[in-house]
Amino acid sequence: MNRVSVALCVLIVVGGAFLLAALNLGTAAGSPLHVPPYVVSLVGKYLCYAILALAVDLVWGFAGILSLGHAAFFAIGGYAMGMYLMRQIGGRGVYGNAVLPDFMVFLNWKELPWYWHGFENPMFASVMVLAVPGVLALLFGWLAFRSRVSGVYLSIITQALTYALLLAFFRNDMGFGGNNGLTDFKEIFSFPLQADATRDGLLVASAIALAASLLLAYGIVTSRFGKVLIAVRDAESRTRFIGYRPEQYKLWVWVLSAVMAGIGGALYVPQVGIINPSEFSPANSIEAVIWVAVGGRGTLVGAVLGAVLVSAGKTWLTGALPEVWLFALGALFIFVTLLLPTGILGALRRRDRAPAPLPAVEPAQ
Amino acid sequence: MTRPHDDTLLYLDNVTVTFDGFRALNALSLVMERGEMRAVIGPNGAGKTTMMDVITGKTRPDQGEVIFGRGTDLTRLDEPDIAALGIGRKFQKPTVFEPHTVWDNFLLALSGDRRPRFTLWARETDEERERIEALLATTRLSELRERRAGDLSHGQKQWLEIGMLLAQDPLLLLVDEPVAGMTDAETAQTAELLREINRSHSVVVVEHDMDFVRALDVKVTVLHEGSVLSEGSIDHVSADPKVIEVYLGR
Ligand SMILES: Nc1ncnc2c1ncn2[C@@H]1O[C@H](COP(=O)(O)OP(=O)(O)O)[C@@H](O)[C@H]1O
Ligand SMILES: [Mg+2]
Repeated sequence: MNRVSVALCVLIVVGGAFLLAALNLGTAAGSPLHVPPYVVSLVGKYLCYAILALAVDLVWGFAGILSLGHAAFFAIGGYAMGMYLMRQIGGRGVYGNAVLPDFMVFLNWKELPWYWHGFENPMFASVMVLAVPGVLALLFGWLAFRSRVSGVYLSIITQALTYALLLAFFRNDMGFGGNNGLTDFKEIFSFPLQADATRDGLLVASAIALAASLLLAYGIVTSRFGKVLIAVRDAESRTRFIGYRPEQYKLWVWVLSAVMAGIGGALYVPQVGIINPSEFSPANSIEAVIWVAVGGRGTLVGAVLGAVLVSAGKTWLTGALPEVWLFALGALFIFVTLLLPTGILGALRRRDRAPAPLPAVEPAQ
Repeated sequence: MTRPHDDTLLYLDNVTVTFDGFRALNALSLVMERGEMRAVIGPNGAGKTTMMDVITGKTRPDQGEVIFGRGTDLTRLDEPDIAALGIGRKFQKPTVFEPHTVWDNFLLALSGDRRPRFTLWARETDEERERIEALLATTRLSELRERRAGDLSHGQKQWLEIGMLLAQDPLLLLVDEPVAGMTDAETAQTAELLREINRSHSVVVVEHDMDFVRALDVKVTVLHEGSVLSEGSIDHVSADPKVIEVYLGR
């Protein structure tokens, strides 16, 4: 966890995003330097995944909470953004209803459900992107940590949480578009989503959000709060006997992590153009954990690296051999667990830090 | 059993703890004065660690009273509350925060605000640095301040943990088997350290090592099958036929 690798990561992410955006906008389509728009959106998507990975690393790597349901917070942030984007369509939907999104017209709904109100306002929607995952995490964490649920039990209930949400969002009468989810978006903050410049803007916004999340996470884990958190991770009951309340520390970082994941989801949706219940599928959350394991748990920068590398591998493999992906992911996880238990970053770090030999120091007289 | 009075720091009366019907503590009673150091000995499974669990809020007794200072009922409080009252504990198996440096271990243990909203913004103060320097000197870990606690030797970890106890500046220290696994020289130094600590703190030491207990030269309580078998000076208890029978009959 060092300052240099964090600074380097911020520079590469933000600098790289600006560079890609500039090459997309500033070069002609035929030029060898031209970056096609699909690459811009693809990289933007990876950066959103990296925000989710950071969120997972914050709780897993530093507080020892292995969440197998973090994609739920990502998806909820995504739905909040999706609701805003739906309302932006206005009368331009297939059914031309100025108020109701198409799927509601299709279901013969006469008016907008109460929880859809306000989402036409971008400020309100942005607040919801933060608040809904945050409040859900607060409730969940308060119940779980207060009753000292931890370890594998906690992992199982996080998985149950995302699975329950998956089933709920599949239902048409929930009012979130059921199986099809929310899609056919037109504009974000009045910028057309199909325009190159908008995509470039979203890429840069994702890069900045990722960099800010990384710096924030770094600040937290290196603060005294972070030191307590690490102590809780490794010796929870010991921290209690020194007077700390581990459940408070876990709750804080858990809520923050959920909000971070929500931001990732909100930036993801306009770039992929759709949010549907499959984002809640347990496999997504597990994939996020694998990103972190591959990059190096408890390193932050490793989470970013793992998310980008594994996602890029997935893009390539699902194009070349679509049916193989889940097996490859499983194999990767086994490989990392057995041969690279500290992840890529952990392995790199061990090599440059020669372990200080331990002199047999007798306490001095 | 005498009732607690002003000089009483810790008062256990008729405390019973059962695990699945097995009585780990059986109507245990014990009184400690302020400023006292008490050695608690007894064969394995006598209930010494369980007694500390009860005092620190880890285990709730089935019955009995546990009173700290002037009438605080410890059985109603949880671990952080009891720690905040001024009871610190060193575990049988040394548990320090391994990835942190010796310095940071002390920093986290220093008495102060434990709430997240404080620690999130906390900066090391000069006062904190001075206190940590003093602890490093007391525990003879000054040279190792930047060392990862996980890389310390067993004896050094025990000392670090005792130092972390001091950092909390508790009224009462509970020390569970501090010299297990130590060399003879380390054991002698630990006895000296505890006596030094006892000048300003009350201490309960659990130990097997008879030479160590003799070196402490304090009142001894012998536990057996969850109750007090004998109490008095080390010479008194080691001459007690009941004690001899328990130790030889093992
Ligand atoms: N959590 C527990 N569950 C069941 N039995 C326990 C538990 N803790 C302690 N015991 C039992 O209670 C008895 C006293 O244990 P302990 O207090 O650790 O003894 P000592 O520290 O004196 O060696 C032992 O027989 C032990 O097996
Ligand atoms: Mg014991």
